[in-house]
Amino acid sequence: MANESTRVNAAGLFSGRGWHDQDHVPGIKSELLELNMGPQHPATHGVLRLLLQTDGEIVYKVTPVLGYLHRCAEKIAEGVNYKQWVVYTDRFDYLAPMCCNHAYVTAVEKLMGQEVPERAEHIRVAVSELSRIASHLIALATFGLDMGAWTPLLYCFREREEILNLLERISGGRMLYNYMIPGGVRYDVPNDNWVADVLDFVDLMEHNKLPEYNTLLTYNKIFIERTADVGIIDAATAVDYGCTGPVLRGSGVDFDCRRDDPYSVYHKFDWQVQVGRGEMGAVGDCWDRYIVRAREIEQSCRIIRQALQQLPEGSYQALALKAIVKVPAGAAYTRVESAKGELGHYIISDGGQTAFRNKVRSPSFCNLQVVEKVGVGQMVSDLVALVGSLDIVLGEIDR
Amino acid sequence: MKLMYDFFTGQLGLDAAGANIAVASVMAVIMFTVMALCAIILTWMERKVAGFMQSRYGPMYTGRFHGWAQAVADMLKILGKEDIIPTEADKGLFKFAPILVLLGSLLAWAAIPWAPDFVAADFDLGLFYIFAVSSLVVIGILMAGWASNNKWSLYGAARGAAQMISYEIPLALAVVPVVMRAGSLNPQDIVIAQQGGIWHWNINPITNPFLFIAFFMYFIASIAETNRGPFDMPETESELVAGYHTEYTGMRFAFFFLAEYANLFLVSMIAALVFLGGWWAPFPGMGWIPPALNFIIKGVLLVFLNMWVRWTLPRVRVDQLMHLCWKVMIPVSLLCVVGAGVWMMAWGQLK
Repeated sequence: MANESTRVNAAGLFSGRGWHDQDHVPGIKSELLELNMGPQHPATHGVLRLLLQTDGEIVYKVTPVLGYLHRCAEKIAEGVNYKQWVVYTDRFDYLAPMCCNHAYVTAVEKLMGQEVPERAEHIRVAVSELSRIASHLIALATFGLDMGAWTPLLYCFREREEILNLLERISGGRMLYNYMIPGGVRYDVPNDNWVADVLDFVDLMEHNKLPEYNTLLTYNKIFIERTADVGIIDAATAVDYGCTGPVLRGSGVDFDCRRDDPYSVYHKFDWQVQVGRGEMGAVGDCWDRYIVRAREIEQSCRIIRQALQQLPEGSYQALALKAIVKVPAGAAYTRVESAKGELGHYIISDGGQTAFRNKVRSPSFCNLQVVEKVGVGQMVSDLVALVGSLDIVLGEIDR
Repeated sequence: MKLMYDFFTGQLGLDAAGANIAVASVMAVIMFTVMALCAIILTWMERKVAGFMQSRYGPMYTGRFHGWAQAVADMLKILGKEDIIPTEADKGLFKFAPILVLLGSLLAWAAIPWAPDFVAADFDLGLFYIFAVSSLVVIGILMAGWASNNKWSLYGAARGAAQMISYEIPLALAVVPVVMRAGSLNPQDIVIAQQGGIWHWNINPITNPFLFIAFFMYFIASIAETNRGPFDMPETESELVAGYHTEYTGMRFAFFFLAEYANLFLVSMIAALVFLGGWWAPFPGMGWIPPALNFIIKGVLLVFLNMWVRWTLPRVRVDQLMHLCWKVMIPVSLLCVVGAGVWMMAWGQLK
């Protein structure tokens, strides 16, 4: 009902007759309103700046302006040794730092040819998936908040708090863990019933909390009206722009690094890749991206349960590991499925103590670019929905 | 009122005109105090209700008992804030807008009957007057948005004006059936016509089902009229920063804040007096409850309902809001007017 007007406008925009050509009121010069959304704006999830050209509520041009959170992390990688740089990966996607740790250490291990003990891999998968749940909870929460729903935000943060407590018990940090090291993990699973507590939490999440979010937000009529058929990213666009993660899967493309380019021990577990099916509107709308995240929480719960129930005995670190990691000369690229999408690390080593070059392919950066195409012709409110549904993290975009 | 008038004429020896002015002054002071007090209490209540909805406590420290003094402390803090006026702002309009917004709701408070003999301005056009003066709020919001010289404020103001003007129509249409039933626009008469317990209230669906529908039309429109979620288009904190009051600080901001809660209680009180029997107790044997207390409890319950809705639902988009108003609520409200009229004629309830 509501999108008719937006669609007509978008169609008019591309039919060759631009807004400027039209004589709105004879004799009065009219121009588009230039609007700065951000860098301090509640809907941009950080210090993103969107430069908008609008005519009333309709957006005619969106230009993302980046760089407000640039911290030279890749340059720093050339100055600190391999183990020390794990700390910096925490600061990329600070909502799912375990996934970022995982991406980096797999790249270093590939360069070194380092074997990782089975137990360490299981722990890594479990904490990465916990981190993913935490990140997806924030995604659902802030997306709901963008739609004006306050209460789901608090509910999601309540559950995230539980995850932070669990991760604090295993790593010592609540937000930035610095937990994985090349060749294993820093600490073993604590022997204070941690595994049982995680399994309890996972059960609670899957059987109790997710249905609660669904009744409160997911299947709310207003929420569906706001998100279905809004910000449609079709499969071709998603692939063209290099979107990954829930954004790509929300557009109906069945791709997940965890299954299609298996790393760690994901191949051992039984779970399913969730894709958007266009249940409420077109495939690839905001609601699809939202529901993909909600369902991925469920799948992550399944993975955690299997990873911890099958947790093998043994060492949690490769025994040969020294304080300073020696990496032979060469280059390696690995990618993992982080909470936001495909997170890749390309490391060139010249055989020294530090990396010669460390390039990070961050999913949020690629996912954000799609705004420039899809945001055009939307209403300002829909643009907020679109940006919210992309679930970007600025720490990862600017690095 | 009568008592107060007698006191001024009898005890202080004022003539009729003087006594009227004195009574009006006293009532103005009382109304303003009650309004400010109620805004402060509702602020605290909103925090506690929000906390209750979101499985947290809300304010707990200030004033020891459940943070009862939090709103007072906030008001004191806001008094000490620097008053910033943007350099490029239209200074006159910028300063006048918050006053106008507050004035709009304060003027309407005058015609609210709190008890059988306690109404600041008891006159026959009362209900009409309430809806007329509360429209001033729209002008204030437009002024604030324009004068701030901020694009986000302008967006908020434009949305707010469109929304509030649109929703005044179903709001006013929803009370028309009640006016037809009571045969008067005087709020006091409307309340008196609902004498005799809960089944005589206008909301009773058996007496007239169209009035029952009209109540819900009124309630939805009143949420939009007070700019609260899910219809908080003028503010939309996640889209428009803070909407029309983005540039306001200190007491000027507090005026908008005060007006929001004053308006919230105002529309709830109107709903209580028009549909829920005003100051009548719910059952005949409960005459010992002070009428004003009855009235306030009904008002607060409706405010709670309003908060419940706000903290549960996501926000609708601005075009969906307009769609809801013009294509759903106005036709249904019109239908209520016609239906209620036909019903009353059929059952001989028409006065």
